[in-house]
Amino acid sequence: MTNFSFFSGRELTDEEIPTISDLHLFAARPGLSDLPHCHRCGNTSTFSSHPCARCGKRCTYCRNCIEMGKISSCTTLYRWTGPEPEHPEKAGTLHWSGILSTGQKTASDNVWRAIQNGSEHTIWAVAGAGKTEVLFEGIAAALSDGKRVCIAAPRADVVRELAPRLEKVFPDTSPAALYGGSPDRHIYSPLVISTTHQLFRFYEAFDVMIVDEVDAFPYTFDQSLQYAVQKARKPDSSLIYLTATPETSWQSEIQSGRRDATLIPARYHRKPLPVPNMVWCGNWKKSIVPASVLNWVKEKEKEKALIFYPHIDTMNKALPIFKNINPRIESVHAADPLRKEKVEAMRRGDVPILLTTTILERGVTFPGIDVAVVGSEDRVFTESALVQIAGRAGRSADCPTGNIVFFHYGKTGAMVRAIKQINEMNTLGQKRGLLDP
Amino acid sequence: MSQCLLCENDTAVQSWRGFFGAKAPVLCNICLNQFEKIDGPTCEVCSRPMDQKGICPDCAAWEKNIFISNQSLYHYNEAMKALIARFKYRGDYALAEMFAEDVRAMAKKAACDLVCAVPLPPSRLAERRFNQSEALIEMAGLPHTPLLARHESDKQSKKSRAERIEAEQTFYPIGNAAGKSILVIDDIYTTGATIRLVAEALGQAGAVSVKSITIARSGS
Ligand SMILES: [Zn+2]
Ligand SMILES: [Zn+2]
Ligand SMILES: [Zn+2]
Ligand SMILES: [Zn+2]
Repeated sequence: MTNFSFFSGRELTDEEIPTISDLHLFAARPGLSDLPHCHRCGNTSTFSSHPCARCGKRCTYCRNCIEMGKISSCTTLYRWTGPEPEHPEKAGTLHWSGILSTGQKTASDNVWRAIQNGSEHTIWAVAGAGKTEVLFEGIAAALSDGKRVCIAAPRADVVRELAPRLEKVFPDTSPAALYGGSPDRHIYSPLVISTTHQLFRFYEAFDVMIVDEVDAFPYTFDQSLQYAVQKARKPDSSLIYLTATPETSWQSEIQSGRRDATLIPARYHRKPLPVPNMVWCGNWKKSIVPASVLNWVKEKEKEKALIFYPHIDTMNKALPIFKNINPRIESVHAADPLRKEKVEAMRRGDVPILLTTTILERGVTFPGIDVAVVGSEDRVFTESALVQIAGRAGRSADCPTGNIVFFHYGKTGAMVRAIKQINEMNTLGQKRGLLDP
Repeated sequence: MSQCLLCENDTAVQSWRGFFGAKAPVLCNICLNQFEKIDGPTCEVCSRPMDQKGICPDCAAWEKNIFISNQSLYHYNEAMKALIARFKYRGDYALAEMFAEDVRAMAKKAACDLVCAVPLPPSRLAERRFNQSEALIEMAGLPHTPLLARHESDKQSKKSRAERIEAEQTFYPIGNAAGKSILVIDDIYTTGATIRLVAEALGQAGAVSVKSITIARSGS
């Protein structure tokens, strides 16, 4: 074992570091405390136990993070205590010639300052504002100062999308992209882009921790992922949160000034966000495709549209009805083996309308689309989900408008608050001069 | 409130049943529905699903042995494959609970004198921390009699591949089963080769007959 740099910042089980002789360079602690408390994932509630053939005792194990390799009472966690690897020369040189919008510039300055001060900052940027670019200056400064930087995202596809963009602007510090089964998982880099899950394998590793899509499932729901973020960052590190639609408690903290934040209420192309309409459509669980939805599709001979359904089963029932209108209409859901192909076909224009569950609520953009939500009162459509869904429309500068309809069988608070949030962003954008007349 | 062993869903029983002391199921309905129980006609020896009851050609071809029959609970579909991988290789011992009730009932019906696990070679056991076959027996609340042990299988063996698959006997008796009927419990039945080697070793311990219960029946 010659290259120890891999171990820097990581905390691994005895099984993950099998061939080490220089154990004196590693600090060790048990995988579980007596409570029990899993030191890797922070779990304190989901355990089981069995007579253990390895230690000869009845051994407790963590069921929460078992997919990453089992942590038992007799597991030891090791972390590297040797020196940190040096950054490559020119690590912080930024290869980017883009221009920040006025809103982005303010955010970028505040991110830079938080990173210099080792403090916490939240960027609340509407979909299409260009939140990634806001990080560049701050990351460049951090890398120049020899700091180690991590961007954590909730899902592997976000990591895969971010990695090449950062590779391009920081070619001297090729980022390590970490997700389950990723080819980079044995690589050391001062710039790491990781799923929140893979952070479980780090311990006080990062001087700058950036958490993307804080509002996204499962981050808000899973205490153990919050634990992962806290464990992976150094005690005196800076913490940057990115969100397009923060949860209600964060919104009020931001508004009252208790949470340090920068808002970017306008898109990069300086046109207002399209505002959704609400249309009552009767019992859609019975009609599956309500008449008002059919009319919406036929009325303008929709060229490109996303239609969201709350559940796979109703969506599957709806598909043949839509195929009667146009056989090229398709549907997609999380476990769909053709998910990537269908999204690509939609992008090429081969699929005019795509029915989808909430999996396409964020991340993907198609220029010039309209958006409908059928059964928008369903509880899967939270305020933030609806804001994200509305954020799919009007993304390109050539086609900044878009028609968005919430088809419902009874208005919900989430629908009303989502529309209110979008309107407030437009008002604020107007007031700050971030929108073109 | 009780939680599904596989997802976060609540599995609490309907209130009136709970009132009469019904136990909450181990899995929620969504997870449970992914697994297919074997019902309908099967091979009387190996539990393979067939068009009509009888003995399948594979079983007809086996030499005579004190092994009588195997009974399997589930088809080895994708969901079961993932579940058994999590149980056996990831080491999620708790999952054995979802089979406990069925295994107990089938063991009662099999009416054997002793219950015995399929042993693992020592190095494999240390690596996995528990033997999945013993876990199934323990969770079902059955008394386990260790009658067998297992040598490390010799991977560098000079024997041909076919010889190894056919004949490598790694099981050996460590207990006395004179005149007894034995029930063996394991996770998967595939070709029947393993259980017949187990039966042979149990025969050396004096057993007169062997039956098996397996969680899943793989193969066509
Ligand atoms: Zn854990
Ligand atoms: Zn142990
Ligand atoms: Zn479940
Ligand atoms: Zn058979």
